[in-house]
Amino acid sequence: MKKSVFLGVVAATAMTAGFASAATLDDVKARGELLCGSNTGLTGFGAPDANGNWVGFDVSLCRAVAAAVLGDPSKVKFVPTTGETRFTALASGEVDLLVRNSTWTFSRDNDLKLDFVAVNYYDGQGFMVKKDLGVSSAKELDGATVCIQTGTTTELNLADFFKFNNITYTPVTVQDDSEAQRQYLAGACDAYTTDASGLAASRATMADPENHIILPEIISKEPLGPVVRHGDNQWGDIVRWTYFALLIAEEKGITKANIEEVAASSTDPEVRRLLGLEGDSGVMMGLDNSWAKNAIAANGNYGEIFEANIGTSTPIGLARGLNALWTQGGLQYAPPLR
Amino acid sequence: MAMASEAPKDGFRLSMLIYDTRFRSFTIQVIVLILVLLGIAWLVDNTIQNLAAKDKDISFGFLWNRAGYDIEQQLIPYTNDSTHGRAAIIGLLNTLVVAFWGCIFATVIGVFVGVLRLSKNWLVGRLMTVYVEAFRNVPLLLWIIVVFVVTSETAPQPKDFKVTAEMIQTGAEPAAQKVLFDSIAITNRGWFIPGPLFERPLPTINLGSMSINLTWLAVVIVLVGSFWANRRVLRHARLVQEDTGIRPVTWWKSLLILIAPIVILLVAMGFHLDIPVFPTDDAGVSKGFNFQGGILVQHSFSALLIALSLYTGAFIAEAVRAGVLAISRGQTEAAYALGLRPGRTMNLIVLPQALRVIIPPLISQYLNLTKNTSLGIAVSYLDLRGTLGGITLNQTGRELECMLLMMAIYLTISLIISSLMNVFNSAVKLKER
Repeated sequence: MKKSVFLGVVAATAMTAGFASAATLDDVKARGELLCGSNTGLTGFGAPDANGNWVGFDVSLCRAVAAAVLGDPSKVKFVPTTGETRFTALASGEVDLLVRNSTWTFSRDNDLKLDFVAVNYYDGQGFMVKKDLGVSSAKELDGATVCIQTGTTTELNLADFFKFNNITYTPVTVQDDSEAQRQYLAGACDAYTTDASGLAASRATMADPENHIILPEIISKEPLGPVVRHGDNQWGDIVRWTYFALLIAEEKGITKANIEEVAASSTDPEVRRLLGLEGDSGVMMGLDNSWAKNAIAANGNYGEIFEANIGTSTPIGLARGLNALWTQGGLQYAPPLR
Repeated sequence: MAMASEAPKDGFRLSMLIYDTRFRSFTIQVIVLILVLLGIAWLVDNTIQNLAAKDKDISFGFLWNRAGYDIEQQLIPYTNDSTHGRAAIIGLLNTLVVAFWGCIFATVIGVFVGVLRLSKNWLVGRLMTVYVEAFRNVPLLLWIIVVFVVTSETAPQPKDFKVTAEMIQTGAEPAAQKVLFDSIAITNRGWFIPGPLFERPLPTINLGSMSINLTWLAVVIVLVGSFWANRRVLRHARLVQEDTGIRPVTWWKSLLILIAPIVILLVAMGFHLDIPVFPTDDAGVSKGFNFQGGILVQHSFSALLIALSLYTGAFIAEAVRAGVLAISRGQTEAAYALGLRPGRTMNLIVLPQALRVIIPPLISQYLNLTKNTSLGIAVSYLDLRGTLGGITLNQTGRELECMLLMMAIYLTISLIISSLMNVFNSAVKLKER
């Protein structure tokens, strides 16, 4: 492992603390713990619960990866990152994996030298306003003050949307979701804009969710997904296929509850390959053959994770929509495991 | 001296570099210099290697790309179509405006408090002590946040100023009213204050990326000209007084020179105040989300400015107190003996001498204040740290370039401040002949 430390002034600015190692898998195994960059707290996606355990839709993917690599979903250390610090944290090796509703864009893929290995949530940017403002469309927001998280794609979309519609706004840049919520509730901004899923999550934590509406316009495509560093293809494949394993599990009806039963009785060759009963898919990736089984057993399949954290039965109440399986008219589609 | 020329001329031996005191210090300096250069070379090489390993290069080309984001406080025109470089300049100006006013307010507060802390009035003295200790011993960041929360959360929302159709029918008044002859609206987003507006402005000259607003240039030129003319008049009066012993009456001349030209210019350009109002429809019902017109002074700006001034003012107060105490008591007594009142004694005798002691620590306080403006990030004030070191850094992913650029800019500002203050210091320090 090549590791050099950047001394002096440059290091003092905390940019490139350590050299990103090429073999993330070896590091994680040696450490016995997965370092996962998460949100600083977005209910439903990644936030500590009352006992200090991190729970949520994004967090569950980290746990699945930890289960696949280390065999234990609890061996994850969550590193909270803001919109501004997340990519630096990943690039500098502070985290092995970033699952923090980050949008896959061209420049992040190419210029920031990151790899988006999958899309775990297809999202779009929306606006939330108070009901008594009497606004029913984002195009009526001419002259409004808008709270916006800094360092995000939404910041750029917002500028483009208002420019394209020839209306004006005043931005109030905030660091994270909780600050945005505080400013929005205090009336320091008329509207809060971020990914529609994030808005739903924020609204769910408010004392009076019925007084806030999410406007119908979705002004951008926001494919959110796990991110790894460029250049470590093995690690990227592990994260990507762990995610696909969760999708295949949903497709095949394998849940957290019935996984042992299925493993014992199934004759479907793809299920047998997935659960490590046939072939050696794990060995090809440098893992145990039970990697996918462990990942699924951690928090269940994709659908279970979705319903448990952000689905219609939760306060956040998001419908599957674009995130339904391809067999049900959605976009979630896993390549064949063979 | 004859001795020196007769000293034996020994041949130079290498061991003399260590054992001969004439050469030893030189040897040590050379060795240290080489080590320092090697260290720097290693750092640079390490950086380049690590960047290469990450497939990154060092390039400042991003400064000419479209920024794509908006900034709430702009002193010069900026849109999201402007470049990252221009966004950095906007941030720099936001930094400088806080630093400039902060230094002025902190100095005023510092001198005032420093002198009052020495007051013989027990209550005044203790109050000033409480102020100094409270601000010196609590982190600046907390003060910034406290001031921001207090200023923003105690004020009404802009919508509380709106007139609705029901209010017109029932004759009720909106929940909140503007203050000071209906001109200033204090809201939780900031202060909407009247702004200057010209009906017949002079044109604006565009020089590539720079544009010069002739209107404001004319105002500045006329003001500077007036002050210069006024100085001439006062100097003439002093010469006449020294010559004849009688000082000519100048107050009406000064007044005329200072006020008439600028008033004529402003009237000629159709100057009037642009009062912030809610746009209304025909029935008088307010529309929109915010006041239109005037200038919005954001709470992030005012909170940062207030907190920085009060915090740095506490340190300056201590420097001033030390400076005043350093002046011999005999100076004050001599002034009293001449019949000067305490106020004049302080202004004419003690403070001018105390300046020599005060200025060196004052320089470092100004530098501190300027660098501390970067804490504005806590209240979302988009200064240099917020634009170049925040959004631009994040959107382009050019951490190293942005940080280096930012460090260079802060260094330049600090060096300029410190050299200006050094010039001032050498102007007031004790002249030894």
